[in-house]
Amino acid sequence: MKPMLKFLFPLAVLVVLLGFFAVGLKLDPREVPSPLVNKPAPKFHLPKLGNPSEFVTTDDMLGKVWLLNVWASWCSACREEHPLLVEMSRRGEVPLVGLDYKDTDPEGQAVLSEGGNPYSVVATDADGRVGIDYGVYGVPETYVIDKAGIIRYKQIGPITEEALREKIMPLVKGL
Amino acid sequence: MKFRTIILLSLLLPLLAWAEARPLGDDPAVEARLKALSTELRCLVCQNQTLADSSAPLAEDLRREIREQIVKGMTDKEITDYLVARYGDFVRYRPPVRTGTILLWVGPLALLLAGLTGLWSSLRRRNAVLDEDIGEGEEA
Amino acid sequence: MIPDLGNYALILALLLAFAQSGFSLTGAARGNVVFMGAGTSAAVGQFLFTGIAFLCLGYSFYANDFSVLYVASNSNSALPLQYRLAAIWGGHEGSMLLWTMTLALWTFAVTIFSRNLPQVFRARLIGTMGLVTIGFLTFILFTSNPFERLIPAVLDGRDLNPLLQDPGMVFHPPVLYMGYVGFSVAFGFAIAALLGGELTPEWARWTRPWTTVAWMFLTVGIAFGSKWAYYELGWGGWWFWDAVENASFMPWLVGTALIHSLAVTEKRDAFKLWTVLLAIIAFSLSLLGTFLVRSGVLTSVHAFATDPRRGLFILCLLMLVIGGALILFAIRAPRVGLGGKFGMVSRESFLLTNNVIMVAAAGSVMLGTLYPLFVDALGMGKISVGPPYFDTVFVPVVMPAIFLMGLAIFARWKNSDLKELLAKLKWAFVASVLMAVLIPVMMGHWRPLVSVGLLGSLWIFTTALISLRDRLKRRTEGLASHLIHMSRAYLGMIVAHIGVAVFIVGVTLVKGYEVEQDLRMAPGDVAEVGGYAFRFDEMRQEVGANYTSAVGHFSVTRHGSPVTVLEPEKRIYVVQNSPMTEAAISAGLVNDLYVSLGEPLSDQAWAVRIYIKPFVQWIWAGCLLMAAGGFLALLDPRYRRKVRGDAAEGQV
Repeated sequence: MKPMLKFLFPLAVLVVLLGFFAVGLKLDPREVPSPLVNKPAPKFHLPKLGNPSEFVTTDDMLGKVWLLNVWASWCSACREEHPLLVEMSRRGEVPLVGLDYKDTDPEGQAVLSEGGNPYSVVATDADGRVGIDYGVYGVPETYVIDKAGIIRYKQIGPITEEALREKIMPLVKGL
Repeated sequence: MKFRTIILLSLLLPLLAWAEARPLGDDPAVEARLKALSTELRCLVCQNQTLADSSAPLAEDLRREIREQIVKGMTDKEITDYLVARYGDFVRYRPPVRTGTILLWVGPLALLLAGLTGLWSSLRRRNAVLDEDIGEGEEA
Repeated sequence: MIPDLGNYALILALLLAFAQSGFSLTGAARGNVVFMGAGTSAAVGQFLFTGIAFLCLGYSFYANDFSVLYVASNSNSALPLQYRLAAIWGGHEGSMLLWTMTLALWTFAVTIFSRNLPQVFRARLIGTMGLVTIGFLTFILFTSNPFERLIPAVLDGRDLNPLLQDPGMVFHPPVLYMGYVGFSVAFGFAIAALLGGELTPEWARWTRPWTTVAWMFLTVGIAFGSKWAYYELGWGGWWFWDAVENASFMPWLVGTALIHSLAVTEKRDAFKLWTVLLAIIAFSLSLLGTFLVRSGVLTSVHAFATDPRRGLFILCLLMLVIGGALILFAIRAPRVGLGGKFGMVSRESFLLTNNVIMVAAAGSVMLGTLYPLFVDALGMGKISVGPPYFDTVFVPVVMPAIFLMGLAIFARWKNSDLKELLAKLKWAFVASVLMAVLIPVMMGHWRPLVSVGLLGSLWIFTTALISLRDRLKRRTEGLASHLIHMSRAYLGMIVAHIGVAVFIVGVTLVKGYEVEQDLRMAPGDVAEVGGYAFRFDEMRQEVGANYTSAVGHFSVTRHGSPVTVLEPEKRIYVVQNSPMTEAAISAGLVNDLYVSLGEPLSDQAWAVRIYIKPFVQWIWAGCLLMAAGGFLALLDPRYRRKVRGDAAEGQV
C-alpha cells in the first residue's frame, strides 16, 4: 500500500484547493472589511448641512450609541436604503447622524426634502477628507458607534432589512 | 515687402520657445515619489487598477492626500501605514511580511528547493535500483 | 427561428457527446470494434452540431437579432460587423460556447489525424474528450445558454464594451482557447494510457505533436493578450499579474514542462508517470482558469459577470474531471515501470530539472494568485497580492532555468560530463558577462538588474550560436544542403530558445529604461521626452461608426528632423456613454513612442501621457519565435511515420 500513498498526493492537493474554492464561492473578494472596527471613531468637526456656521462634532455623540450613515445625492444605492432609514428614525430606536460625502449643500438638501430626513443632524464632508479617515470607499456605508466613541461595526453598501434585523439592531441593543 | 514680413514673423519665433509643456505636478521629485508609492497601491473603487492609473474620484483624493503627506515630509512607510490603518492590507499590492504571509513569501523558493531535492533523490534511488550500464552517453 | 435551431443543435450535440463517450469507452473496454467506430462517428456528429449552434449564434449577431438576450446584451446595430461577430465571445455564455466549439474542433482533428493510433487507445482518447465535452455542454444548457430569449425584444442592444471593440478581440480569445482547450488532447492521451494500464514507449511520440500545437497556440494567444493590453488600456503596461492572466500563464508553464518531459519519456521510456501527471495538471490548470474567471472567487479585470451558481457547477465539473483523473492515476501508477537508466548529469536530467523549475514557477504563480482567497477563507482578513510580489518572486525561481538552458543543449543523452560542459562554455559565459555589463553603460545608465537580465539572454544567444557552429563543423555535406537537412527538432529547439532570449531582452530593457511623463499640454506646446520632441499641434473632433472622438494631433521630431505623427484619441461610445482612451503608438525595433490622452483640463489644455518604451516589441517578437520553434519541431518527419505495426495489434 505504501507506494500508492505518494501517488495520492496530487489528489490530496486538489481536495484542499476545492475546499478553499467552495468556501470562496460564498465570499465577496471585492468587499473591503474595515480595519477600524473596535478602534476609536476618527474625530471630526464639520459644518452642518444647510447651516455651515454651525458644526457637528463626534464629541456631541459621546455617551450615546449612534449610527453614522455616509451618503451623497449622486449615489443611487443611497436612495435604496433611504426609506429604511426614514422608517428607522420614525421608530426612534437609535440616533442617525448623516455624513454628506463629496456633495454640495443644495443637492444634499434636495434629497432630504424629497425623501424625508431621517437624520438627527447632517454633517457635510465636501472634500472627502473625513471619508478617507473613516476608510470610506463606496457610499453608502454605515458605522455603528458605541457610547465611548468606538466603532463596533461597519455596513458596506445599503442597509437591508436583513442586516438591520440580524446584525445592526441586536448590536445596538447590546451596547 | 516679403522680406519685411519674414523679419516680422521671425520676431514671433521666440514665442515658440515659451510654449513648453508643463508637467502635471509642480515638483518632479514629489511626483516621482507619488508615482513610486501609488503604483504599489490598489484603487479601492476600480479594484483592478493601481492608485497611480485610476481616474476614480477616490483615487484622485488619495493621490492628493499622499502628495500633501510627501510635502509634509512623511516617509514612505508612514504614508503606507496611514492608508493601511484606514483601508486595511487590501490596499497594498505588495503583501506585508507577517506570520500569516510567511508561506506566501517563502513558498516559491521552498517549492523550488523541494522540487530540486526531490528530483535529485529520485534519480539516485533509480540509479541504485536499475541495472543498466549507462556508458559514454549518446550525442543529441 | 435561428436561435431555436441553435438551441436544439446544442441539445443534439450533448446527446451525441454521450454517444461519443459511451460507445468509445465501452467499446474499448470490451474490444468491440463496432462500438468504437460508432463512438468516433458520434464525435464527428457532435462537432457538426456544436458548429451549427456556433454558426446560429454568429448569425444572430450578424442579423442583429435582439430577441436573443445575449445578443442584446453584447451588441448593437451600429457596431461594425467584425466586432458584431467578435461579440460572440464577448460575454460569458458566448465564450463558453467558444470553449466548447474549440473542444469540438480539437476532437474532430483527433478523429482525422490519429488514424495511426491503435484503435482501442484512440477510442479511449476520443471517449475521454467526450466526457469533458459533456461537462461543458451540460454547463451551457443548464446555466449559461446563449440562446435565451428576450421577450419582448428590445429595439437595439447595449453594445459591446468599448474596450473590446478592437482587432485584438477578434484574435486573442479564439487563439488563446485553441491553446487552453488543446491541452485536453494531451489530457486525453494521459487518461487513455492510464485506462489501458500500460504506458508504451510510443505513447510519448504520439502525444508530442498534439501538445506542441496546443502550446504554440497558447504562447501566441498570451502574447496577443499582452500586446492588446499594451496598446488598448492606455497606460503602457503589458502584464499585470492579474488573476486571469495568471490563469493562462500557469498552463503555459506546465505545458512547457510537458513538452520537455515528453522528450525524456520518448527517448528513454522514463519518468512516464511524471509526464502523464504533467499532462493531467496542464489541462486541469486550463479548467481552473475557466473556474477562476467565472465564479467570482477572485477580483480580476477580465472577470465575467459573476454568479456563484455557475461557480458551483464548474467546481463540481473540476472535481469530477480532475478528481477522476487523479484517482485513476493513483490506482494505475504503481504498475508502471521505471524505464531506462540515465546518469545524474545527462540530457535527461537537465530536461527534468527544467520540469522542476517550470512547475515550481507555476506553483509560485498559483500561490500568489490564490493566497488572498486562502487568507480570506481562513478568516484572516483581506490582502492583495499584486505585481510587486510576483516581480520579486518569479524571476529568482526561473533564473536557474535560463542558466541551465545554455548547458543543457550540449548535454549528451544518458551520460554527460558536467566539467566538460562548463569548460566548453566558459568563454561564452565570460563574453556574456562582459557584454551584459557594457551594454547598459553604453545605453547611458548602468543598472544591476538590467545586467542580470541581459546576461541571461546573452548566455542563451552565445550558447545557441556555439551549438549551431558545432553542428555545422561536424557536417559532411555542403553548408546549404546541411542546413536544409538539419534536424527540424534541433532547429526548432534553437529557434524557440532564441525566442526566450529575445523575450528577456525586451522585458529587461523596457523595464530598465522606459521613460514616462505626465504633462499638461495645450495646442502649440512642445514636450521633450527621451530625446524626442512631441509637439501638440491641434485637437479636432471626429465621428466614428458608434462613437464620437476628440483626436489630438502630435508631431514628433528628433534633433529637428521629423520622425512621425501620432494621433491619440479620447472616444465616447454613444450607446453606453462610456469614455475610452485610444493611445497612439509608433512602434519600432528599438523604441516605441507612445502618447495617450488623459482628461481635458481648463481652457484648451489636456493631460497627456508620453512614454518612450525601448525594445518593447521584442517581448512579443520573442513569443512569436518561441511558437515558430515549436512549429519547426512539429515538422520533424518522425511524427509522420505510419505506425502500422501498433495499429494491427490494437494493444495499449
